[in-house]
Amino acid sequence: MSINVNPVQTGQPLFYVVDEHDHAEGGSTMLGFWIYLMSDCLIFAILFATYGVLGGNYAAGPAPKDLFDLSLVAVNTSMLLMSSITYGFAMLSMQRSRIAATQFWLAITGLFGLAFVGIELSEFRHMIHEGATPQRSAFLSSFFTLVGTHGLHVSFGLVWLVTLMTQVWRFGLIEANKRRLMCLSMFWHFLDVVWIGVFTFVYLLGMLR
Amino acid sequence: MSAEIHSGHTAHDGRGDMAHGDMGHGEITLSGYLTGFVLSVFLTAVPFYLVMSGALGDKQVTALVVMAFAAVQIVVHMIYFLHMNTTSEGGWTMMALIFTIVMVAIAMTGSLWVMHHLNVNMMPAHQMGTMQ
Repeated sequence: MSINVNPVQTGQPLFYVVDEHDHAEGGSTMLGFWIYLMSDCLIFAILFATYGVLGGNYAAGPAPKDLFDLSLVAVNTSMLLMSSITYGFAMLSMQRSRIAATQFWLAITGLFGLAFVGIELSEFRHMIHEGATPQRSAFLSSFFTLVGTHGLHVSFGLVWLVTLMTQVWRFGLIEANKRRLMCLSMFWHFLDVVWIGVFTFVYLLGMLR
Repeated sequence: MSAEIHSGHTAHDGRGDMAHGDMGHGEITLSGYLTGFVLSVFLTAVPFYLVMSGALGDKQVTALVVMAFAAVQIVVHMIYFLHMNTTSEGGWTMMALIFTIVMVAIAMTGSLWVMHHLNVNMMPAHQMGTMQ
C-alpha cells in the first residue's frame, strides 16, 4: 500500500505503487453486478419511454381494453412476488449453510418463475391468435418489445438458477457459489422491480386509457 | 511474502476491508423479507382492486393513485429485497443508483415531452383544417 520511494538503490524515486493492491477474490463482484443491473435498468427505461410514446397508437387495431385480462395479470404478478419471497428464504438458508433447504427454496423459486413465463407465453399466444401480433400496430410492437424483454430476462434467470443449483449440488455452498447466488438474488429482485413498472404502466394504466 | 502483504493489508486497511466484505448487501433477515413481502402484497393488491372495480370513479385520480402505489412499492423492494442502503460498497451502489435515476428521468421525461409536442404539432392536415 505504501509508495516506495527508494532513492538509495536506483538513484531514481518511484512515484507509483510497487505492490499490487490486494483484492479479495470476488471482492468487487457485487458492485460490478450492481452497475450491470443499472445499465439493464437503462434498457428498460428506454423501452418504457418507447411504450409511453407509442402506447396510444393503435392503428385502428385492438386497444389494451380489448386484449388485457387483468385477473390473469394479477395471477402472474403474484407468481413473481411469491418467487421473490421464496428466493429470500433460499438466501436465508444459504446464510445458515443449509444446502438442502437452499436447494429446496431455489427449486420452488424456479417453479414460480416457470409459472410466470408460462402464463406470459400463453397470454402472448392468445393475443397473437386474436390477430394482435407485434406487426399490427405501434402499440403492440412496443408492448411485445417491453414485456417480451422482461420475460426474456426471467427466462435467462431461470437458466441461471438451474446452473447454480447444479453448482451447489456438485460443490456445495462454497464462497464462490454464495457470491453467485447473491448476484442472482439481486437480478431476480431487480426483475421484480421492473415488473412493478410493467403491471402499473402497461396493464393497469392501459385499462384506464 | 504473500502472507506478509496480506497481513499488512488487513492491518492498516480496515475500512477498505469492510467495504469489500459487505458484498453490497445489508443485513439479511427473515423479518426483513416478510415485512417487504407483506408490504408489496398490499401495494400490489390495492392498485389492482382500484382498477378492476373502478372504486374511485374518476380515471385520472385512479391513475395517479396507482402510480403513487408503484413508486412506493419500488422503494419497498429496493430496501427489503435488494437491501439497498447508503453505506454498502462505500456508498458506490447508491451513487450508481442516483446516476441511473437521473439518466432514466432525463430519458423518460425528454422522450415523452418531445414526442407529445411532435404529436400535437404534426396533426394530420384534415384536423388542422378544423382547427383554423
